[in-house]
Amino acid sequence: MKEETIPLKKTPLVEIHEALGAKMAAFAGYWMPIYYSGIQSEHKAVRNAAGIFDCSHMGEFVVSGPQAEDFLQYVTLNDVAKLQPGKAQYTLMANHRGGTVDDLLLYRLEDDRYLLVVNASNIQKDWQWLQQHSSPFEVELEDVSDQIALIAVQGPRAHQLLEALLGNSFEPLRPFHFVQAKIGHIEPVTISATGYTGSGGYELYIPARDAPSLWNALLDKAHAFNALPAGLGARDTLRLEMGYCLYGHELTDEISALEAGLSWVIKWKKGDFIGKEALLQQRKQGIKQKLSAFYALTRRVPRADYSIVDVDGATVGWISSGTLSPCLQRPIALGFIPPSTPEGQELYFQAGSKRFPLQQTKLPFYKGDCP
Amino acid sequence: MQIPQELKYTKNHEWIKVLDDGQAIVGITDFAQSELGEIVYVEVETVGEELNKDEVFGLVEAVKTTSDLYMPVSGKVLELNSAIDENEGGNPGLINEDPYGKGWIIKIAITHPEELEELLSADEYKALIE
Repeated sequence: MKEETIPLKKTPLVEIHEALGAKMAAFAGYWMPIYYSGIQSEHKAVRNAAGIFDCSHMGEFVVSGPQAEDFLQYVTLNDVAKLQPGKAQYTLMANHRGGTVDDLLLYRLEDDRYLLVVNASNIQKDWQWLQQHSSPFEVELEDVSDQIALIAVQGPRAHQLLEALLGNSFEPLRPFHFVQAKIGHIEPVTISATGYTGSGGYELYIPARDAPSLWNALLDKAHAFNALPAGLGARDTLRLEMGYCLYGHELTDEISALEAGLSWVIKWKKGDFIGKEALLQQRKQGIKQKLSAFYALTRRVPRADYSIVDVDGATVGWISSGTLSPCLQRPIALGFIPPSTPEGQELYFQAGSKRFPLQQTKLPFYKGDCP
Repeated sequence: MQIPQELKYTKNHEWIKVLDDGQAIVGITDFAQSELGEIVYVEVETVGEELNKDEVFGLVEAVKTTSDLYMPVSGKVLELNSAIDENEGGNPGLINEDPYGKGWIIKIAITHPEELEELLSADEYKALIE
């Protein structure tokens, strides 16, 4: 077993995960559940019913003040002005070289008050980045990561499960909308129609101390909806079937939004923002690598950091993420290759001394069927 | 976590069970299968080959990871357990369900029996993973 030099952080639910018999492992400095019953059964539960995830490791920052919008316009790529209170948007922070500091969800809580939800692995880096660039603006930053727990309820039956929990029916929230609610004695609960699975559902932000009672209440109702607690393993296979980027794999300080296929996030006309010049330059000159989707044509699974080679064995790119797809029952992968690569070109992934054929395809891998 | 007393173990999380006829069967431990998660494919292309202790004899693909399999002692690989071989209609998931029983991986003919002495006992292996 690997020795951990830094003590691992724990979410408020760690004892519950262990009591449920979860396979635990270190992830982004947190001691997290990887799976309970099994990655594939949890994955299929999300696709066909519902899954309940502890995502409390995610970081949360509150940005407020009269110039909060101006500040966020400057540090993120999407258009904050388009974001109404009660809505969230997927966005990125770029560095001055055009690389990606992080990808995040931005919630407009009030006119001049926002919540940023960032990757656990980047909490410190993002916090420093925001601090560093906030001085010209009249804004206040607050790191509330340890005060907020996040439980995701994802899947086609997530809405029913939540209704059962609330004891009353409610209109399904439209994607990227959120409301404040009270669940039992727990408030405030931010119910957000967002997620990272491609199967719909909600993310519930709650005070950290209330996480165990909300989790247990959800699990009490889970059985009636064939819902399962689901770990980070399924979270990863689900996002990969959709082709969603994972920071550290498809996005890094060196990989730009353009390269990762996220040009739609960049709103060029909104005014100045960090990374604009570098990204404009990249757009003009053309990117050198582009995120692409692959099937592997044998049973061998392409894994992160394997090389992508051509028929002569020359390296043309690399795999950024790969897994067996639980829905497709075949290996799938994301990777970077030059945009000039012809669609039909024979490509392989190199694993040790052997190579195995890949086939380029379009995203998402998941087409709505998960037997 | 099951660690049967009668087996010998490696630091790479294989177990070996010596049979009466000098042959042995090899698999991965309960700890290993739990670390890997659901195993979806086993590849052993070394049947018929003589391999040294610690040489790779195959690999397992789990949903999230790929892991090499190492010879616990030197020997000739005699067969891959067809019950876990997808190419034979087998179910690799047996390694998860029954890692010391139906989920054994290969049968070998031991060529250097003295190497068995270097392997870990159940108690030593238990200490390793704790």
